[in-house]
Amino acid sequence: MQLFVQRVFDGLQAGVIYAILALAIVVIFRASGLLNFAQGELAMFTTFIAWTFLDAGVPWWAATILAAVVGFGIGALLYRLLIVRLGGPAGNPLAIVIVTIGLFLILNDGAGIIWGANPAKVPRVFGDGRVEVLGAGISVQVLGLLGVLALLVIGFGLLFQRTKLGLALRAVTSNQESAGLAGVKVMTTLMIGWGLASAIGALAGTFTASQNASVDTNMMQVALIYAFAAATLGGFDSPLGAVVGGLIIGLVSELVVGYVDVIGPDLRLLPGFVLVLVVLLVRPQGLFGSAQVARA
Amino acid sequence: MITLEVRDLVAGYGPVRVLEGVSLDLTGGEVVVVLGANGAGKTTLLRAISGMIPVQGAVRLDGVDVAGRRPEALLRKGVAHVPQGRGTFNDLTVEENLRVGGFTRTSAEVAEDTERWLDLFPRLRERRDQRAGSMSGGEQQMLAIARALMSRPSLLLLDEPSLGLAPLVTADVFSSIHSVVGELGTGVLVVEQNANLALGIADRGYVLETGSIVSSGTAAELSADDSIRRAYLGV
Ligand SMILES: Nc1ncnc2c1ncn2[C@@H]1O[C@H](COP(=O)(O)OP(=O)(O)O)[C@@H](O)[C@H]1O
Ligand SMILES: [Mg+2]
Repeated sequence: MQLFVQRVFDGLQAGVIYAILALAIVVIFRASGLLNFAQGELAMFTTFIAWTFLDAGVPWWAATILAAVVGFGIGALLYRLLIVRLGGPAGNPLAIVIVTIGLFLILNDGAGIIWGANPAKVPRVFGDGRVEVLGAGISVQVLGLLGVLALLVIGFGLLFQRTKLGLALRAVTSNQESAGLAGVKVMTTLMIGWGLASAIGALAGTFTASQNASVDTNMMQVALIYAFAAATLGGFDSPLGAVVGGLIIGLVSELVVGYVDVIGPDLRLLPGFVLVLVVLLVRPQGLFGSAQVARA
Repeated sequence: MITLEVRDLVAGYGPVRVLEGVSLDLTGGEVVVVLGANGAGKTTLLRAISGMIPVQGAVRLDGVDVAGRRPEALLRKGVAHVPQGRGTFNDLTVEENLRVGGFTRTSAEVAEDTERWLDLFPRLRERRDQRAGSMSGGEQQMLAIARALMSRPSLLLLDEPSLGLAPLVTADVFSSIHSVVGELGTGVLVVEQNANLALGIADRGYVLETGSIVSSGTAAELSADDSIRRAYLGV
């Protein structure tokens, strides 16, 4: 039992990061119908920015907020200066995918050049403490992250469902032309959508760094793969789905690796993807997605 | 009350010129119809007026040239456009569609007008929390019009409201348009292929052929014109 609880929390610890990054992917998809393959590297880049602030003596929470603010700006400018030139949501999706992959490489190399390729040490934001849950010692780090994730989900749920900005974001996703005809400032709305996603990504990055107690240029790459799997599992247009998908994938990976002997740590990625495949065969739109996305 | 003057409007897509210098007028609460066959340039004309595509020539609202302004800006000057194919937000509920329509207005005004249009279109009230995409074509057309009216426009541009609708439903849509604009004093520029019903609610009309206005007159004059009767009234 104790081992099981331990593994569940280990799985959630990994899953929280996938969930937050998947949330960023889904926010962009909902706002603009596009996938940003540089989302993970943007998160890494802004994490280095947070680390720079930390290094200059700024407290971690302020450094995290500053990184999220810088991330917002980078995301918004990225949309305005690059994605719009490629036609935005109406552009050639393949061209945009290729450009975001190019951006992936640029950010990765850029961070290496600016901050060096060697991992830098960062403190654990929620401390190293442990609390006992059902006989297992659970790090407060996991509990803190789960709390942050819950706040993000509630916050974005309220944003999308209850605010005028959320309505604008959903209107632009649903029908960009009509949104413009209804007086929604489409360009500004899309910039905000990309900005928000990158700010969420910055949080995913700083929390990953805090879990690993280090920051390095390749820290988000595996997480990005899992995050895409999580978004696929949950449904690309559902923020709640992304989060549930992230947690499920984290859990399933940890439990299968822990309990199924033939699947060792080397095959870590496998169980999550088998699960995604099975779910897609039954529900092509993902667990929480709406059916149009599967057809699009 | 608003006046619209379109002068020598030229517009198209890239190198393709569709409108070859169109001029037309609309004053106050008039209902003006532009008749034209498929491909005549009706949709292009409305897209050009509401700033969705680049244009040459003048589009004057109350004497001020607004040619080249974006739709977001035109809406704030009182021009609401219901695009061809209705342009409803299919993933949003009926009520959310109306809220987007009232995007430029205060929440109190939006709440008030939402009730008003739901009273006028009882079918929409029944489907208030239903996704727009799950409704019938006629219901979507009603929703699209109500959505446009949420901005309290002084000029409503309607692109083929009859498209894809059964004749009885079309008649219903046109009588709704007629009663609403009569009450509000909204000017309406409606483009149609289906002249019967459109001429029935219009004060005046124009005929558009391959990007040029080829004739114009009161609704009664156009209905009586033999060539128009043959081309657009199917008689
Ligand atoms: N996006 C576009 N790109 C290029 N040509 C177009 C486009 N839309 C319409 N056209 C052309 O412009 C002409 C007028 O089209 P349109 O304004 O849609 O006519 P209508 O609404 O009267 O049927 C047609 O010849 C059509 O093929
Ligand atoms: Mg048309």
